[in-house]
Parts: sequence; structure tokens; C-alpha cells
Amino acid sequence: MSNKDDRRKAPAGERVADWADGRLGIYSLAKANMRKIFPDHWSFMLGEICLYSFIIIILTGVYLTLFFHPSMNEVEYHGSYVPLQGQLMSEAFNSTMHISFDVRGGLLIRQIHHWAAVIFLAGMFVHMMRVFFTGAFRKPREINWLFGFLLFVLGMFTGFTGYSLPDDLLSGTGVRFTQGAILSVPIVGTYISMFLFGGEFPGGDFVARFYSIHILLLPGIMLGLVVGHLILVFYHKHTQFAGPGRTNKNVVGMPLLPVYMAKAGGFFFLVFGAIAAISGIASINPIWVLGPYRPDQVSTGAQPDWYMGFAEGLIRAMPGWEINIWGHTLVMGVFVPLVLFGVFLGMIAVYPFIESWVTGDKREHHILDRPRNAPTRTAFGVAWVTGYMIMLIGGGNDIFATHFHLSINAVTWFVRIGFFAGPVIAFVVTKRICLGLQRRDKEKVLHGRETGTIKRLPHGEFIEVHEPLSQEALYTLTSHEQYAPAEIGPTVDENGVERKVKRGEKVRVKLSKAYYGEESQIPKPTVEEYKEITSGHGHH
Amino acid sequence: MAALVVLLLALACTGGLYAAFAPASKAQADETAQSLAIDEGKKLYAVGCASCHGTGGQGSSDGPSLVGVGAAAVDFQVSTGRMPAATSQTVQVPEKPTIYSQAQIDQLAAYIASLGAGPSVPTEAQYGPEGADIAKGGDLFRTNCAQCHNFTGKGGALTRGKYAPSLEGVDPKHIYEAMQTGPQNMPSFPDTTLSEQNKKDIIAYLDAVNSSDSESPGGLELGGLGPVSEGLFGWIFGLGGLIAVAVWVAARTAKARKS
Repeated sequence: MSNKDDRRKAPAGERVADWADGRLGIYSLAKANMRKIFPDHWSFMLGEICLYSFIIIILTGVYLTLFFHPSMNEVEYHGSYVPLQGQLMSEAFNSTMHISFDVRGGLLIRQIHHWAAVIFLAGMFVHMMRVFFTGAFRKPREINWLFGFLLFVLGMFTGFTGYSLPDDLLSGTGVRFTQGAILSVPIVGTYISMFLFGGEFPGGDFVARFYSIHILLLPGIMLGLVVGHLILVFYHKHTQFAGPGRTNKNVVGMPLLPVYMAKAGGFFFLVFGAIAAISGIASINPIWVLGPYRPDQVSTGAQPDWYMGFAEGLIRAMPGWEINIWGHTLVMGVFVPLVLFGVFLGMIAVYPFIESWVTGDKREHHILDRPRNAPTRTAFGVAWVTGYMIMLIGGGNDIFATHFHLSINAVTWFVRIGFFAGPVIAFVVTKRICLGLQRRDKEKVLHGRETGTIKRLPHGEFIEVHEPLSQEALYTLTSHEQYAPAEIGPTVDENGVERKVKRGEKVRVKLSKAYYGEESQIPKPTVEEYKEITSGHGHH
Repeated sequence: MAALVVLLLALACTGGLYAAFAPASKAQADETAQSLAIDEGKKLYAVGCASCHGTGGQGSSDGPSLVGVGAAAVDFQVSTGRMPAATSQTVQVPEKPTIYSQAQIDQLAAYIASLGAGPSVPTEAQYGPEGADIAKGGDLFRTNCAQCHNFTGKGGALTRGKYAPSLEGVDPKHIYEAMQTGPQNMPSFPDTTLSEQNKKDIIAYLDAVNSSDSESPGGLELGGLGPVSEGLFGWIFGLGGLIAVAVWVAARTAKARKS
């Protein structure tokens, strides 16, 4: 550098950066992370969809709070919507009507807020399934898996409380449903209900209380979890699919700056645009036709938003059993679904810990599994999703009945049986499919790709020409590792003393056999097999 | 003498009252037309209805008695094509194209009405939109109708394959008659339960929210079925669309190695 250059003033941007760095000292931190590498795959963008819809929900939600009155005081409607003129309603409903009809852009913002919530939850569900089926929850990411699961559950309740705020007839029915579920809890149910609603249902408090839960408590926790989730993604680095040059110790992809910053920024606007377009096209939660909540009214087709549909399905499918003991009623028809709701969701949350216990694998995993290469896990996941989806059908049993011209009783019985039989069938079928795909991979590795070219040999035989796979493809198809089923260690120690095999160990070995036994995985082709076949007997 | 005056007065009064209230010759003509209609109706009844409802409307194992159901019930059932029902119909008799002309339906109605007193066919003044309170109608609809017919009358499921039909495009007269007579699974709402004005309000509300020219301010109403169809739409077009966008974005990457 010459003296002449030194004397020249640095560009403005550099001076601002220099000023900021002198006070914040973030240059070294930024330098280390700006070149952070992210791998490329469309399924790695599902989390981004969730993040962006979450941001959109916060932005639109802030706008809605400017006009919403979280109060249950009764007022008479005198807004622009004619079919409700003069009706008595809570201020919450009235202000939501005001937002929908008399605030500039209010209805669009309301619909963006609501559609984004529906998509946020759906996105989290699919994102969670992506992580599950590729085994991305394995060490070191178990805590982040739990963060994500918590986000999904909190998202459900944030959605539920928000959906209840307009105090319309549909959401009021949902709140009543929830109160019924709370009441069904033995001993404490009544107290919790009286505490939550400030007395008998519906009282005059719940909208204000749900409001602070909806706009402050739950989103605050969620925001913290999202930040934690992202920090952990940064800290652990992103997982990647197997491929040549990709190891457990590196990440192959593009740097955060400038490539991913640009892509992610652009993708944010694409997500915002798509959600805004949907909100401009399709109506959601049209409270003006639902009418204000009154405990003495109800409509058919009273369902919650989709993410609570699972709970709705459990209640609809459960027979209305009741137990009466010592003058107390235990409403099994509601309490069993309430317990199942927690247990069924919890099953997927604890799965990573069960799997790591079965495998006994304490190593870190940064390379993703293809679902077919972990047949038992994949089958379990599909079984879980099947159970979940069957209960979604149960939640909409009346709509399915009317629109497919079925008997609602038949739909309910299908759901009752399907909830138990469906996951079992799905488990078996998925496992068989995975094994079939593993066999196909093996076939491809050993015999090459079917080209579709048919040759006729001089003696008249027809053969199909198989083309050997590239080295890259061969590596990708064979790089996964296969666990050997666990064995119960020697039951007699070196001194000939018999040791007692613990029950837990026996269970573990049994599970391990089920996971990795002969029935559950196709041994991947070995180098010897490959050499033998490609060494030139050459019938292909 | 006084007695005579009283007698004369009494006679004058009776005569005057008779002149004022006696059926005039026009009424007599109506009566003739009415009995003609009843005769015609009876003939139609014998062909189309008697096999199930009995030759005198007394009912049989295949159909209920029609004594006292009134002209309104006949007009509703036959005009909407529900009657005559197919014998194979088990769960619920669906709406279908009617096979009778309005004149024939009136004749049938006259015949059934002659079997016993029942609600008569409403007039336009009863079900028309004049003087109706839409908002009140909405409130009444949500109280009395929505639990089966949905918030805006899109219909809903009942037990074992039965259903509350959609009220979209249903003639106001038929809605009035259905409320009045309670066809099939529907309870009846006589004037003692829902007054004439109440029924008018409900009909006006339905016309406002569930007719071909009612507006949906939020955009596509997705069937007006609530969160089930919204959820399906959100999953398929919302998340599905965004995943398509994600695939598109991921496919357009800066390649480290040109292939």
C-alpha cells in the first residue's frame, strides 16, 4: 500500500462499520459466522417457511392489536355489516367486526394473520417430519428437537387462544369444548376451570386473559425458543445428505453471506407474497356469518383450526363413557381423549431418546439418513402420522359424512377402528416398502441402472442393458452405516459368577433385534460382492 | 207492543248480520272450485300417493297418515320433489325434480287439506322480504336452525346417513313451509314457537347470507364449512404452494462446480 492510499478517506460504509465495531466488538464474531456454510436442499427450507410465517404473524398481529379491544362488555353493533345490525355482542367481537369492515386493510391483515398461522403450524408439522424421517434429531440435536416440538405445541395453544379472541360463535364453542376438557380432570378440574374463567363459564374475563396469553406470554416464550432453535442450528451446523465429499465433519454448501442471505431474504418475500395472495383470495374465519358467541347457541360443523383437529377427533371418536364413584363423576368420554392427546403427541417428542437408547450409539451424526435406510424409524413415523391423520378425519367426521354421502356413524367407527389398526398396517407396509427400496438400491449398486435398451443376442435371447452407476452414485447409495442388533453380553463373568441380566437390558436387546435384525434391514452390498459381479463374467 | 219492537229489531239485526257475513255467491263459486280441486286432487292422490299413504290418506306401513298435515306440507313435499318418494329410499328422501305442475300440486294440497285441518300454503306477504329484520333473523337462525343446517345454512350431518340439507337456493316459500310443518327429521316450528314475523326474519337472513347474490367480503368462502375446508386449503394451497416455491428456489443455486 502506498502512502497516497493511506491518506485517502475510507468509504462511508467502512467508517460506519468501524465505528460500530469499536463499540460493539462484533467483527470477530461476524467474521466467523458470515462464512457459515449451509447445504442446499429444498427440504431444509421448511424451517424457513415456519420462521417467516412466524415473523409475518408477529407483524400482522401488532397491527391487529392497534384496533382490537379485548373486552367482554356487551355493546350493540352499528357497523357496516347489515345482517348483524343492532345485535348485542361483546366488545371483542364488535372490534373484530370493526377491523374486518371499517379499518383500512383490516380484513386483509386479519386474513394474513390467520392464514399465516394455519400455514405456520402446517409448516412446523412437515418440518418436524422432515427432521424425524431423516434422523436429524440424533446427537447432538436432541435438545433442538425438543425446542422444535415445544414450538409446535406452543404454536397450537397460541393459535387456539388467538382463534378464541373474536368471541364469535364458532370459537366460543371451542372455548366451551376446552372448558369441558378441563372440567373432566379429576379433583382439580373444577378449580382450574373456575380459576381460568374467573367463575362460571363464560364469565366476563376470558377474552382479556386469553389476550395477554396470546399476544404476550406464549409468543414471548416462542420467540425465545425460536432464537434458541436458530442459535443451536448455527452452533451444530446444518445436517446434510450423504454424498461424495460430504463427511460427518464437514458441511458442503454455500456461505451464509452473500449467498444464503440473499436467498433467505428473497425467500422471505416469496413466503410473505404467497401468504398475502392466499389471504387476498380466500376467506378465513368469517366471523360476520358466524355471529357473536352466546352460550345457548351452537352450529353444526363446529371444528377448531386444523392443528386442534386431532383433539377434536379424539373427543368425537371416544364413546361417552362415565364412571360414578362416591357421588363423583369421572367423564371418561372427555378425560381419556385429554390424556391421549398429551400421550400421543409426547410419543413423537421422546422418540429420539428411545432410539438412542436402543442403538446405544453415543456418536454425533451430521449426515442424514435416507428414510428407507432406517426402516423401523420410518415405519414408526408413518404409523404416528397415520394415527394423527385418522383423528383429523375424526375431527371433521360430519363434513366427511355430508360431502362423501356417508353415515356419520360409519365415519366415526372407521376412525375408532382405524386409530388402532391404521398405525399397525402403516407400520408393516412402510417397513416392507423401505426394505423393498433397500433391495432396489442394492440391485442398482451391483447390477447398474436399467437403461430400457433391449438387446437381442445372436442365439435369440433378449437382454436389457444395465449401465453401471457412477462412482458418486455408488458412494451415495452405500455410504450409510448399518447397525448390528445388540446381544446380551456374557452372563457369566471371568470368575464364573453369574450376573443378573436386568430387565431393561433384555428389552433393549429385543428392540434392537426388531430394529436391526435380519427382518429389518437388507445388508448393503459389500466391496467383495461388487467386485465379484463386476469382474467380468459379464452377462450384463 | 214493546215485545214486537224488540222482535223487529232483533230480526233486523239478524238480517243485517246475515247480509254482512253470509257467504256471497262468489264464495259459493269458490266453494265449487274448491270441491272440484279436491276431486281432482283425490284422483291424483289415488295414482301417485295412495300406495303408501293409503286410499283415504290414513297411512300404511309404508307411509304416515296425512290427515291434518295441511296443504303446506303437501306443497313442500311435492314441489321439492321429495314426494312421491322412491320405494327404495331408506335413510332420507332427497330433493329431486318435481313431476307435478303447480296446479296439480294445489289440487293435491286441497284434497289433503280436506282430510283434516292443517297449516295452509303461505302467501308471499308471509315469506316475502318486506318488513323483515335480517339481524333478528340471523339471531333466530343461530338459535333454532344452525345446529343442524350450519351457520349460514350450508347443511350438516345427522345420525346414520341422515342430513340437514343445504338451504342454498331453496324457495322462500318452501323454507317457510318446512319450518311450519317439520318435514322428515326436522322439528316443526308452528306459529306458537316461531311467529310469522320470526319466520319472515329467518328467510330474509338466509337470503342475505346464503343466496346467489350474497357477498363474501373475505374472498372465496371455501364452501362456508368452517375450519375443515380452511385447513385443507391451507395445507394444499398454502403449504403446498410454499413447498413448490422452496423447491424452485433450491433448484436455482449458485453452483460450486459447473456440471
